[in-house]
Amino acid sequence: MSDMKNRWIALYVENQIGVLAKVSGLFSGKSYNLQSLTVGTTEDESISRMTICVTSDDITFEQIKKQLNRMVEVIKVIDLTDVPLHMKEILYAKVTGIDAEDKAELFRIAQVFSVDVVDIGNDSILLECKLTSRRNNELIALLKSKYRHISIVRGGAVAIESISTGCR
Amino acid sequence: MDITGRKLFVKALEEEGVDTIFAYPGGTVTDLFDELYKNESIHMVLPRHEQGLIHEAEGYARSSGKVGVCLVTSGPGATNIVTGLADAHYDSIPLVCFTGQVPLALIGNDAFQEVDIVGITRSITKYSVTVRSREELGRIIKMAFYIAKTGRPGPVLIDLPKDIQTALGPSVYPEHVEIRGYKPNSSVHVGQLKRAYKLLRSAKKPLILAGGGVNISHANERLLAFAEKENVPVVTTIMGKGAIPTKHALYVGNCGMHGKYAANKAVSECDVLFSIGTRFNDRITGDLNEFAPKAKIVHIDVDTASISRNVVVDVPVVSDADLALEKLLEWAEPKKTAAWQNQIKIWENENPLAMRRDRGMTPQMIMEHINSSFPGGIYVTDVGQHQMWATQYLELDRGSSLITSGGLGTMGFGFPAAIGAKLAHPDRDVVCISGDGGFQMNMQEMATAVAEGTAVTICILNNYYLGMVRQMQQLFYGKRYASTCLRRRVSCGNGCKGPNGGCPPYVPDFVRFAESYGACGIRVEKEEEIDAAFEEAKKHTDAPTIIEFMIASDEIVLPMVQGGNPMSEMILK
Ligand SMILES: Cc1ncc(C[n+]2csc(CCOP(=O)(O)OP(=O)(O)O)c2C)c(N)n1
Ligand SMILES: [Mg+2]
Repeated sequence: MSDMKNRWIALYVENQIGVLAKVSGLFSGKSYNLQSLTVGTTEDESISRMTICVTSDDITFEQIKKQLNRMVEVIKVIDLTDVPLHMKEILYAKVTGIDAEDKAELFRIAQVFSVDVVDIGNDSILLECKLTSRRNNELIALLKSKYRHISIVRGGAVAIESISTGCR
Repeated sequence: MDITGRKLFVKALEEEGVDTIFAYPGGTVTDLFDELYKNESIHMVLPRHEQGLIHEAEGYARSSGKVGVCLVTSGPGATNIVTGLADAHYDSIPLVCFTGQVPLALIGNDAFQEVDIVGITRSITKYSVTVRSREELGRIIKMAFYIAKTGRPGPVLIDLPKDIQTALGPSVYPEHVEIRGYKPNSSVHVGQLKRAYKLLRSAKKPLILAGGGVNISHANERLLAFAEKENVPVVTTIMGKGAIPTKHALYVGNCGMHGKYAANKAVSECDVLFSIGTRFNDRITGDLNEFAPKAKIVHIDVDTASISRNVVVDVPVVSDADLALEKLLEWAEPKKTAAWQNQIKIWENENPLAMRRDRGMTPQMIMEHINSSFPGGIYVTDVGQHQMWATQYLELDRGSSLITSGGLGTMGFGFPAAIGAKLAHPDRDVVCISGDGGFQMNMQEMATAVAEGTAVTICILNNYYLGMVRQMQQLFYGKRYASTCLRRRVSCGNGCKGPNGGCPPYVPDFVRFAESYGACGIRVEKEEEIDAAFEEAKKHTDAPTIIEFMIASDEIVLPMVQGGNPMSEMILK
């Protein structure tokens, strides 16, 4: 379908056992294409907020929101797709088996991507990135094209509605 | 003063007005049974299998609109109700099911008879929850009843660890609960409804499609008044059958896979389809691209998620059916639809629903005799060909009603559901219409019916086959009757293409089966014997009666639309 794209939802849920399983179970059970899901408690400890990214068409996305809404444990569903927001994903990239020249190159890459070098060894380096998911993807693609031994850990995006301007 | 969880449990049931509980004991629920034993006002029904138990609760709930209450033990007791939960979930039946659970401290240890029943049932209940502290027990039970019966009704499961049943805690059972994530819709958007109504007014060929939601919200009278005032013909889904009396001049029939020709034709040709309380299941729509191709569609439903899900609609209205109809009635005005109604009559005459009458006793005849012998009855079906014949030929007027497993299509549902319906309505005739295959899936409930003195009339339409599947094999699989013949034995060998002179005898003998329970069993082979059999059954006012109807093996359900095909492509002969 032509209107297939990534869409974002913020979900306020009861902070209870089983709620994460229920929400993620909806996505697997109904074959919705879940890209990422993060969860943590809010300022009110009895409530968690999830940031969910799905790839879907318009009709399926409407259905997903309705299905989430009718869950008893779901307090509020917010469609973030066309909302100005701040959204970042934490990512660690460890590159090993590198020589001094590679290291120097990696420092330059870190600078251009505005990510931090947080640890370093004789033949390895650790980058800590707080970028948008898309920018993280680009970084991973670049690292993969240049180095053979990389390990990636990424957390999925978290997002909050912005106060003034529309930045992502 | 603090009381035990088990005491609060019974107190909660009393305050919810529960008069009947379907309950099967076991290690993790003995405390609750002990407490119920002392109680005078709640009738305990002991089924013979937990699957039968939950279908009985469903029959009770479906026929009365009250919440059906189940109590089973942990582990196998809990897993045995899974099918019934899914069935109730699909057909929006209010149930509250209590499952015992191992003590809190043992959860996760793979303790004896521990299963994660909340995890297992998450996607087939409206809500399911483990009680994790004695303090929250009252609130959770209150929530369960509230959630089960409000909005789009459904089953709720409460998993109750054994130690919570004996722990002391508050004695109050709350009168209200606030659930911040659950706000059932209790109003109707008038502007949107007005748009829907305007669309209907603009139509030349309007059609009302009524689904099960109309029956659940008891909107039947208002729907009838509205249809009459507007002069708009009505078709129904299987679950919606009886939405208006089936003999009414405006009633066309069921639409869908085995619907009436005229009903499917009307859906295909109408210019406005005014639908209320249906999910537009694939059995109704067939090929979605060809569904109601000429119509603008209005969809009124209490469940937001059912709207524009399968069929994209032009005017969605989120509302309870009865509430919407109440408003619509204020606006209703006569509409000129004579030409359109005439057209529908022509289709009816072209291909009426009827079976040939020259081949002995047909299913149609059996249904006709049920109509005349049990007016005002509750008809409960199982799943298969007999179910389709029942939904085609039973008349729902003069107060009669139909209970059937629509969404899940659960074989084994019919007989226990009939027992539950009779328990809720001791004064009404309850007729179970079952296949020979499906009856065997829960026939152990015969003991329950005998013990409870429930006088259900069980009509087994015996065609020696799993007929619905056999029909598929007969029509589309070159008569390769894989695993559908119920007479088949090892001695038959392979490659059977249907009955030949030397088939083994059928087992069980349903008449002797009934007799072994001390109940009456009757075998009927000719139409002339039907009424006498029904009269005999009526004499047994405190015991079930089995009537086995011997029908032809090769009878098929027509008309028929093959799964995924457009509704206009009906097989008629
Ligand atoms: C629990 C379950 N298993 C399998 C099916 C698939 N199925 C649908 S109808 C049918 C045959 C039913 O046979 P019977 O009860 O004899 O009724 P008939 O169709 O012959 O009237 C089967 C196997 C089902 N619906 N439910
Ligand atoms: Mg059969």
